[in-house]
Amino acid sequence: ACSCSCPAAQPCFVACQGVSLTAAKERGQLVFLEGLKSCLDLVFGEEERSGQPSPLQFISGSVSNLKDLFDFVRTSLTPTDSDCWKGRVLLVDDLSVLLSLGAAPVDVLDFIHYCRMVVCSQLKGNIVVLVHGSEDSEDEENKLVVTSLCHHSNLILWVEGLATGFCKDVHGEIKIIKRLSLESTEKDVIQIYQYKIQDKNVTFFARGLSAAVL
Amino acid sequence: LVSTEEDKYGVYSSLLLKYFLAEGVVCGHDLFVASAQDPPANILKELPAPLLDDNFITERVEATAAKSEDCQDSMQIAWRYQNAPKVETSPTTSIKFGHYYDVSQKMSPELLQSIKWHSFFLPDEMPLEPKLKMCNMNCGYARLLQSIQSVIYQEGFDGSHPQKKQKNILRIGIQSLGSLLWDDDICSTNTPEDIHSITKFLYVLRGLLRKSLSACIITMPSHLIENKAIMERVTNLSDVVVGLESFIGSERETNPLYKDYHGLLHVHQIPRLNSLICDVSDTKDLAFRLKRKQFTVEVREAVLFHYLEPKRWS
Repeated sequence: ACSCSCPAAQPCFVACQGVSLTAAKERGQLVFLEGLKSCLDLVFGEEERSGQPSPLQFISGSVSNLKDLFDFVRTSLTPTDSDCWKGRVLLVDDLSVLLSLGAAPVDVLDFIHYCRMVVCSQLKGNIVVLVHGSEDSEDEENKLVVTSLCHHSNLILWVEGLATGFCKDVHGEIKIIKRLSLESTEKDVIQIYQYKIQDKNVTFFARGLSAAVL
Repeated sequence: LVSTEEDKYGVYSSLLLKYFLAEGVVCGHDLFVASAQDPPANILKELPAPLLDDNFITERVEATAAKSEDCQDSMQIAWRYQNAPKVETSPTTSIKFGHYYDVSQKMSPELLQSIKWHSFFLPDEMPLEPKLKMCNMNCGYARLLQSIQSVIYQEGFDGSHPQKKQKNILRIGIQSLGSLLWDDDICSTNTPEDIHSITKFLYVLRGLLRKSLSACIITMPSHLIENKAIMERVTNLSDVVVGLESFIGSERETNPLYKDYHGLLHVHQIPRLNSLICDVSDTKDLAFRLKRKQFTVEVREAVLFHYLEPKRWS
């Protein structure tokens, strides 16, 4: 499992590295749950649905946990007979929004826990989760989720703006933390890069070595 | 979705809301005005008058025919997901965006009547039926969402009724969201009963904006919200967040560094829609002032340099 943490002002570029998602969706390679659309269907849709609860049923308040969301994930990723795809990846963008929609931190963490069981242990896949967060945040619920996620992640990408403020050539810094052992923090490998975001690409470079400087 | 953090007395944020709506009138867009305090009709009566040539009102020229004015130092705030344009020295090469207004004059009723507007005034919606409880959300917000959704659907802003008239844009302005008048207690206590109503509302609202031809500006009295986590979440749920800090009643009112201005404009978030990158303008230090006829936003750095120059004359 992997977590990415970004403070509010930073963009999410992890999931958008020049791959055509539309084509993937058409091939059946990508299942896309569009939260905004799904929420609108839930809120403004007719009372009687096909019998299947919406993945975002928790927003309506009729249930308090994220089981429907988990069921959707599990059904979408479970291999079928005609399936030829090799690995399984679950991308979540972004988990912090679930808190804003009324989910309790414990329910969010339970959801991720169940996903980990199915995707990582059972299907031998990976999960990539995006959360927002910053050091001076006062959102205690969010901090709880971020801390817990980090404890259970093998790889953490911590993205933030430069401490010195805005710079045209260096948009921010990314800290890559590889957890070699989830039990202790002693053997973590930490790498720090800086980055600049372009129109369809992101370039990474070592600290102080941006193209503008060289 | 543009979220504006109100200045302490709501003077300037209400002015920005009126500019947004006025621009909609001049561009021929439909308007939707929601408020829990001032009746929408009154808000519309107070829109600033546009500075246009005489032919406009009779001909209804398209939005791109903006007039250039004599204010080289001013920048305009971008209301949709475009960015604050850089200051241009030669008017012919600059990108014409938006129009100019005279805040000392009110918009003529004829111009206002040339567009279609919808309104939502919370006191008129009372008593709210309990069965309208949607998603455990505050009744007022739920009712407002239903109202917006029904206008979007009936007027075809979401692509339904394609055989109808030509495509147009819906400009939505919501005043003082989150205030006590919307029956929300996030502004009156540090431990509100329901902190999720407003964020759920914003999420659903953004969903509606994404699937229709509409843009929305909301103002929020964030200075009254003690629970800072709420504003952090609001920021994450909005596309653009600007904060207005007025100098009224603060020590900055008499500070010589700020003497030409009435307040500061803080840009907390800029949008990244449909692309990885956002166009961050070079200038971050923005201040605003309200002159007799005009509300301008300027780069404050110029002022700073002025004061750093050594005085050569006694």
